Amino acid sequence: MTDSQTIAETHEELIKGDQTFHSVTDAISRISEQKTPKLWYLAFSIAFSFLLLLLGSIGYLIYKGTGIWGLNIPAGWGWAIINFVWWVGIGHAGTLISAILYLFRQEWRTSINRFAEAMTIFAVMCALVFPAIHVGRVWVLYWVFPIPNQMSMWPNFRSPLLWDVFAVGTYFTVSLLFWYVGLIPDLATLRDRAKSRIRKMVYGIFSLGWRGSNKQWKHYELSYLILAGLSTPLVLSVHSVVSFDFAVSVIPGWHTTIFPPYFVAGAIFSGFAMVMTLAIIARKIYSLEDFITIKHLERMNIIMLVTSLMVGYAYATEFFVAWYSGNMYEAFTLMNRALGPYSWGYWIMIICNVAVPQIFWFKKLRRNVPVMFVASILINVGMWFERFVIVITSLAQDYLPSSWDYYTPTFWDVAIYLGTFGLFFTLFLLFLRWLPMIATSEIKGVLPQARVEH
Amino acid sequence: MNSQSIKIHGMIAEFEGPQQLLHAAEQVRDNGFIRFDCHSPFPIHGMDEAMGEKRSPLGWIVGIMGLLGGGGALLLQWWTSAVDYPLVISGKPFFSLPAFIPVTFELTILLAAFGAVFGMFALNKMPQWFHPLFFSDRFAKVTDDGFFVSIEAEDPQFDPEKNRQFLESIGATYTEVLEEKIEEEPAEKSGH
Repeated sequence: MTDSQTIAETHEELIKGDQTFHSVTDAISRISEQKTPKLWYLAFSIAFSFLLLLLGSIGYLIYKGTGIWGLNIPAGWGWAIINFVWWVGIGHAGTLISAILYLFRQEWRTSINRFAEAMTIFAVMCALVFPAIHVGRVWVLYWVFPIPNQMSMWPNFRSPLLWDVFAVGTYFTVSLLFWYVGLIPDLATLRDRAKSRIRKMVYGIFSLGWRGSNKQWKHYELSYLILAGLSTPLVLSVHSVVSFDFAVSVIPGWHTTIFPPYFVAGAIFSGFAMVMTLAIIARKIYSLEDFITIKHLERMNIIMLVTSLMVGYAYATEFFVAWYSGNMYEAFTLMNRALGPYSWGYWIMIICNVAVPQIFWFKKLRRNVPVMFVASILINVGMWFERFVIVITSLAQDYLPSSWDYYTPTFWDVAIYLGTFGLFFTLFLLFLRWLPMIATSEIKGVLPQARVEH
Repeated sequence: MNSQSIKIHGMIAEFEGPQQLLHAAEQVRDNGFIRFDCHSPFPIHGMDEAMGEKRSPLGWIVGIMGLLGGGGALLLQWWTSAVDYPLVISGKPFFSLPAFIPVTFELTILLAAFGAVFGMFALNKMPQWFHPLFFSDRFAKVTDDGFFVSIEAEDPQFDPEKNRQFLESIGATYTEVLEEKIEEEPAEKSGH
């Protein structure tokens, strides 16, 4: 078998149905041109209601203060921080798919990278809501930036919380740029297909006059490659820095060196679960089974299985280190996680993150769409509880038993969390409605007829 | 009465597919054309060599921007923490390098990414919302399934008729001259 034959065969599995360049353009561009399905309006109205809930709750929070949350002393960090870490983590799969798999020339990524990147951007936006409102006095939020001010004070660059500002801020900006650069050729496709004047103008403006010339492609491809190369260490640094918020402190259960890799693995794990949930819904609604095939879903399941094992290994290592360090506070905290007042959360975490993904050892199950849909949701529940366990168990019962307390969220904690789903899905549905959700030009590049011989 | 003049900007020729476009590019290059370009819905591997294109200098821009980002971040943290408003925090030195690494790293990446995106825009002269190629309706196919060679009127060898024959001889399925009709308004009307 020659090389080109093998290549052609793998492509056949990735993109199904006898596709031509035109049929690819048509199948994907049509989604944003045809009449919007009724289901979209239904979904959008639900999402938008939750977005309004978010805005209302934030308004009340700013009016009243963070006292409306269930925070107490010692548990000064609650749902807001859990949700922040959870949402940032979800974003990580998008960058992994768009950048790391690109560098490894995993061509199967082309079917899922566009909306995985969109998911990253929207998830990071949801994440950024939380630290912004958690500061209490949101009107002086600009203090986190090194802006000369009348007090002639500067931010404390030795604080992990400030590193977070730079890490997550950079992550958001670079992800947005990466996504936009990838969109330019496809926006030009929509421009050239546009029938109405307004579509021509809007897509025309955002496609920046792209004309597919090789002199443009030359710089474009290098730019894309460099952005992938920059995003790869960036994504690893972001969740490492997020983990520093915990690891650099001296709270038992937080002050461990395993946190950065453990957080990054968990982030990719939960992010893939979210990509899976969204991909299954999108391919069903828009009949994209030819582009997002069972093969793509199976590969994502394998990545989830691998990262689940990493996360499980990290849970075990935490226990081992707690025992091996001989530190009684550390040992107590870990035992307290599994057997203490929040043990229900701990075991939800173990079941969802370690037990459930083991079903993906079986080929039948990892190719079964309903099974993986349920599993992907359970994994995200489990990953939320992982952050709950880390934040709450360590804070509520730390060194002095006299200061222990039990943390319970209030209505407003739940409202803001649910509200961020409104923000996320509102943006995601707008994206599905107006932008090409699959990277059309990249798909064309991996079709068998795109191969040239020299 | 309106007087019309026609300005020719160049010409385009359509080819069947990526393979044909690649060969056409080699032929056009070998025939000594300088101001030409190839257009396709996706990047075609080997097209740079076929056209005789030099490597993109974008890497240099990114490298310089990255250094500026990292150096700038270190300077900023040193000046704010050790010079302008020194504060003792957890007994660390004013210039505590290990604690300054995360911000330095992030700003290196941020500025390098700006270099990669805006440098690419600059090299591609984007945004350029209008280009004579858009005079051709046929050219809209380029973002769908069209493969084109374009030759600019500035090319020393440009000659619509001769070029058309040449392009057809190397496999062009369609050719078009990019004409712009310039309407010159009569002098008495322009007073309004």
